Amino acid sequence: MTMTRRTVLGASLAASTMAVVPSPLGRVQAKPLPTRMIPSTGEAIPAVGLGTWITFNVGDDPVLRDECAEVMAAFFEGGGTMIDSSPMYGSSQPVVGYGLEKLGRRDDVFATDKVWTSSAGDGAAQIEQSRRYWGVPAFKLMQVHNLLAWEPHLKTLQEMKAAGELRYVGITTSEGRRHDLFEEVMRTQPLDFIQVSYNIVDREVEERILPLARERGIGVIVNRPFQQGYLTERLAGEPLPDWAAAIGAASWAQVILKFILSHPAVTVAIPATTRVDHIRENLAAADGPMPDEAMRQKMAAYVADL
Amino acid sequence: MGAWSTYSLEDFLLFSPRVYWRLFELHNAELWPLQIPALALGLLILWLVLSPRPSSDRVIAALLAIAWIAVGWLFLWQRYATINWAIAYTAPVFVVQGLLLVVGSITGHLRFRVARRWPEATGLALVVYALLLHPFAAPLLGRPFAAAEIAGITSDPTAIATLGLLLTASSTRLIWLLLPIPVAWCVLSAVTLLAMDAPDAWIPLAAVAIVVLAGLGHLVFGAITRRRAPSPTGSPDRRSPAPPGSDRHSPAPPP
Repeated sequence: MTMTRRTVLGASLAASTMAVVPSPLGRVQAKPLPTRMIPSTGEAIPAVGLGTWITFNVGDDPVLRDECAEVMAAFFEGGGTMIDSSPMYGSSQPVVGYGLEKLGRRDDVFATDKVWTSSAGDGAAQIEQSRRYWGVPAFKLMQVHNLLAWEPHLKTLQEMKAAGELRYVGITTSEGRRHDLFEEVMRTQPLDFIQVSYNIVDREVEERILPLARERGIGVIVNRPFQQGYLTERLAGEPLPDWAAAIGAASWAQVILKFILSHPAVTVAIPATTRVDHIRENLAAADGPMPDEAMRQKMAAYVADL
Repeated sequence: MGAWSTYSLEDFLLFSPRVYWRLFELHNAELWPLQIPALALGLLILWLVLSPRPSSDRVIAALLAIAWIAVGWLFLWQRYATINWAIAYTAPVFVVQGLLLVVGSITGHLRFRVARRWPEATGLALVVYALLLHPFAAPLLGRPFAAAEIAGITSDPTAIATLGLLLTASSTRLIWLLLPIPVAWCVLSAVTLLAMDAPDAWIPLAAVAIVVLAGLGHLVFGAITRRRAPSPTGSPDRRSPAPPGSDRHSPAPPP
């Protein structure tokens, strides 16, 4: 039988939603998600976050804004906390802010954003504008987007951290870009987080970036785990292998997420989605057994052969 | 250069196709029933081209100017820029195009011809397509009719209609100033639609291709006409197309 992401949702969601119970306050509470430790502080953070690239850029569309808020509601109900955005993502920041206000979740979010401007002097103002869009008192983590003007922006972020306006500082890249410079910054700058693209087929970061993050005690956020949906679309026509059950994966999406989360350097994966059923499926991937190194190699080889 | 080579067309797409197409639904709903006068004014332009009046050219240019400024402000700046920050830089360019058309209207340098030769006839066909057929692209491609793109309301049909009208216009320097912006918009729109795998992408591309071919046609006709024009008998060759600038608006040649 061919197991696609859609067809397995019934079973997996039943399992994940069973853990959801109403709280005395009326807000739905979930069984806590498995957490990871942020290396620089030891703070625990749920292993699955929520990305907003493309999916939350819905402009002023009231219907789509409410759909995003529903995704956020399912995310928080499932125990998620980290939401990541960027000024580069169009209207994603104000849409996140809309959802946080509508859901009353401003205090629950691990607000993660980026500074993205080539002008060194504009960084602080852009961060403040982003904060207003989110409607949060402060960001937990601020990153330099794609290393754009990274030197002055990192200086600004470190100053904000020292002043208590941020808890964590990081840098990002995507799709394997500028890895040499990325490594150099990791080696020379005090960082709490890096954000990179990583999945079962895009594994370049395993060679140097992820080992370096472990060595330097830097948390790792993984973006584009599904290659913006292309990977899950490609695998959708393939039957789920027998070994998927052994790692508690009921879909290809969960196979991919478990592969990512089982790397010892990875702290949080931040898949983006527009669907409530997918967010629940993604969160459920953090639970249950994780593949060991031998299984990881088997998984990667299997997918590479497809 | 190395970093840019790692980007694909899709990497520049900030939104999903669903969000993009819903823009048109929302825009139409908010502006309704302005689509009706927009269409009526488009038909008025068509009628003025086919049945010229003394001030037709100035009226056509003025109506086009209003369309470009309105689309730049209402559709690009207020609507499209909410999901695509790059459009914030594009909207003022639409206003520039509108101002250039205002110049054309005031100076009367833009002269729209009755389509007698194939380049102008093709231009007129583009105008008819943009006004009357392009709105049906949405339902024909599986999207709701509420998402129809109307000339004077949204950017693609406005640019295509403008290109068509410019093909019918007599050759003046102003045309060379008026062509780049609608051509550039059609290319940008086609690239966006290609990144979304939308079959509509061929429409603005086809419009640009037609303009290029018609422009070449103008040059060829012009060259032929220049060779034939100085007839040794002094009698014009009636089989020859009229040279650029010798349309109905041009003064009679000196005796």
